[in-house]
Amino acid sequence: MEWTKELQLEMYLQMLRSRRLDERSWVLHRQGKIAFHISAIGHEATQVGAAYGLRRGHDWVAPYYRDLALMLCLGLTPREFALGLFGKSGEPSSLARQMPSHWGLKRANVISTSSPVATQVSHAAGLALAIKLRGDDRVALTTIGEGSTSQGEWYEGLNWAAVHRLPFICVVQNNTYAISVPQKLQMAVPNVADRAAAFGMTGVVVDGNDVLAVHRAVKEAADRARRGDGPTLVEAKTYRPVPHSSDDDDRSYRTREEVEEWKKRDPISLFKSYLEMQGILTNTISEEMESHAMAEADDAVKFAEEAPYPDVEVAKGPVYA
Amino acid sequence: MAEVTLIEAIRQAMDEELARDDRVFITGEDVGPRGGVFRATLGLFDKYGPQRIIDSPLAELSIVGVGIGAALYGLRPICEIQFADFIHPAFNQIVSEAAKMYYRSGGEWTVPMVIRAPYGGGIGGGLYHSQSVEAFFTHVPGLKVVIPSNPYDAKGLLKSAVRDPNPVMFFEPKKGYRLIKGEIPDGEYTVPIGPANVSRAGNDLSVFAYGIMHYYTLQAAEMVAAEGISAEVVDLRTLLPVDKETIIASVKKTGKALIVHEDNLTGGYGAEVAAIIAEEAFTALDAPVKRLAAPDVPAAPFSHPMQDWFMPNPQKIAAAMRELANY
Ligand SMILES: Cc1ncc(C[n+]2csc(CCOP(=O)(O)OP(=O)(O)O)c2C)c(N)n1
Ligand SMILES: [Mg+2]
Repeated sequence: MEWTKELQLEMYLQMLRSRRLDERSWVLHRQGKIAFHISAIGHEATQVGAAYGLRRGHDWVAPYYRDLALMLCLGLTPREFALGLFGKSGEPSSLARQMPSHWGLKRANVISTSSPVATQVSHAAGLALAIKLRGDDRVALTTIGEGSTSQGEWYEGLNWAAVHRLPFICVVQNNTYAISVPQKLQMAVPNVADRAAAFGMTGVVVDGNDVLAVHRAVKEAADRARRGDGPTLVEAKTYRPVPHSSDDDDRSYRTREEVEEWKKRDPISLFKSYLEMQGILTNTISEEMESHAMAEADDAVKFAEEAPYPDVEVAKGPVYA
Repeated sequence: MAEVTLIEAIRQAMDEELARDDRVFITGEDVGPRGGVFRATLGLFDKYGPQRIIDSPLAELSIVGVGIGAALYGLRPICEIQFADFIHPAFNQIVSEAAKMYYRSGGEWTVPMVIRAPYGGGIGGGLYHSQSVEAFFTHVPGLKVVIPSNPYDAKGLLKSAVRDPNPVMFFEPKKGYRLIKGEIPDGEYTVPIGPANVSRAGNDLSVFAYGIMHYYTLQAAEMVAAEGISAEVVDLRTLLPVDKETIIASVKKTGKALIVHEDNLTGGYGAEVAAIIAEEAFTALDAPVKRLAAPDVPAAPFSHPMQDWFMPNPQKIAAAMRELANY
């Protein structure tokens, strides 16, 4: 697979935008300005690669809470994200009724998502079923953490996709922990994707810190789906170098050495070195991108800080359509 | 006597029961080295090891189902559901299996297990980290449903729940985990499952509540006392089986009844209490029974002004007390 210079730089910028906005969110939490943040740090390559493997705006997506980078690629604006952090008026996924990072963006074909993990998987299978019944050339992609694949919901959704050879992709973002619980207490197999055989679908393991590798895997899965050749389970191996969320303290369940070791494989640093080596990313471009990402994060936070809270009338409903 | 928080009392109860009976074990998400996301099992993994403090896979249905199997074999599982909002995947196991096992087997099989879950709002948790789920389960004969409002009861009731031969749903008001403090005795004690507790005696009206709403109700009772309204407060503590006698006796004494819960109004537990009063204390009533509950929207919204609108609090409870007292 070939990637143009422009495409590679675009994906790099997307990763950077997510990272800077995400880091800013942690700062806001430390300052006591927001109540909660759940981070995509470390997952940017997986999410940007997955997003670019789709026809964005055309295909349908059922994401999970860690997908900030994915959502920015799908068109969520930093301002919209920041409105969610502060619970401010104008937040597009839930009118600030939901916690931050509980995505949903109708204009981008991103369905509304909740907190109970794995509930999105059968929805994605249902989207894919509807796509197939309608004869459309779309695919439905869902994302999930490796721990959440322990839910019956996950098995049931993938089974539907396999039985009906649906245009369905499940991207498992395997960061080796579900809050504190390590992968080996979730499953007795080394790879989530090993289970694909049991469903009767294609399974792929990919380096989740390599944006190009993820891009290729998801693009191939999307092509397969569009050809009518059925669903794919893509497992992206990655790591979460930050606590599970702003409510977590990760020191009780993993060593600092382990975290430091993974930080050496930071997906943004890896891609940056690669692009520099290829002569694609120059200092000038890099600095421009940095200041763009920083300015965008600044603007988003300022915008959300100044935005009003929703009127309590918004809480009242309507409850029925 | 020592003053402890609600969560510390819960932790002590589990620690003592683990030490007392080697059939007792704990399972749930992050209950191991992490000590639970709220720290209810803090230190227990180090003390009792991975055979008795078992980090489960992330799947509530099987946390309960596996607990039932172990209970049928004779063990005493304490199953932790990380948030009550995430109990719904396990509904089938709780309602179809645990609750009906004893009856359907003609008493041959019992399910001595405890299902603990933090419930309730006011912590900025939005739709899925704030739910009150008790009414789903108080509808189910075969289950016991317990909700403590203070450390003394939490410890004593949880110990009783572990020793009970039936499945016990033990819902903990998470907002109160560190907020609510109280004295507990040094030695061994239990609080029986069943009886309600008249936590404040009064003459003008009876207020029935449980969990954090009971804590708020005591504050509200204090506020209106300054205005000359004497409220009797009843902490229901055990919702199933319900202590009808205490409810009826209190209504007969005061002639007025207010029920407070933070679950939404329609089909909530307050409806059951109101029906008991209507059926069995009708002639004692000097005013219509009143309920104060969360509004009938799907769940508590995240954004602060909206959350405040949703949650009953001492001010809202005091206002309802005044209205009823002045009827
Ligand atoms: C049904 C359900 N149970 C429990 C939780 C609490 N919870 C939120 S995230 C999480 C861990 C998820 O881990 P994983 O699937 O590996 O995704 P990661 O956060 O690591 O990306 C848990 C237990 C939940 N949200 N839903
Ligand atoms: Mg994980």
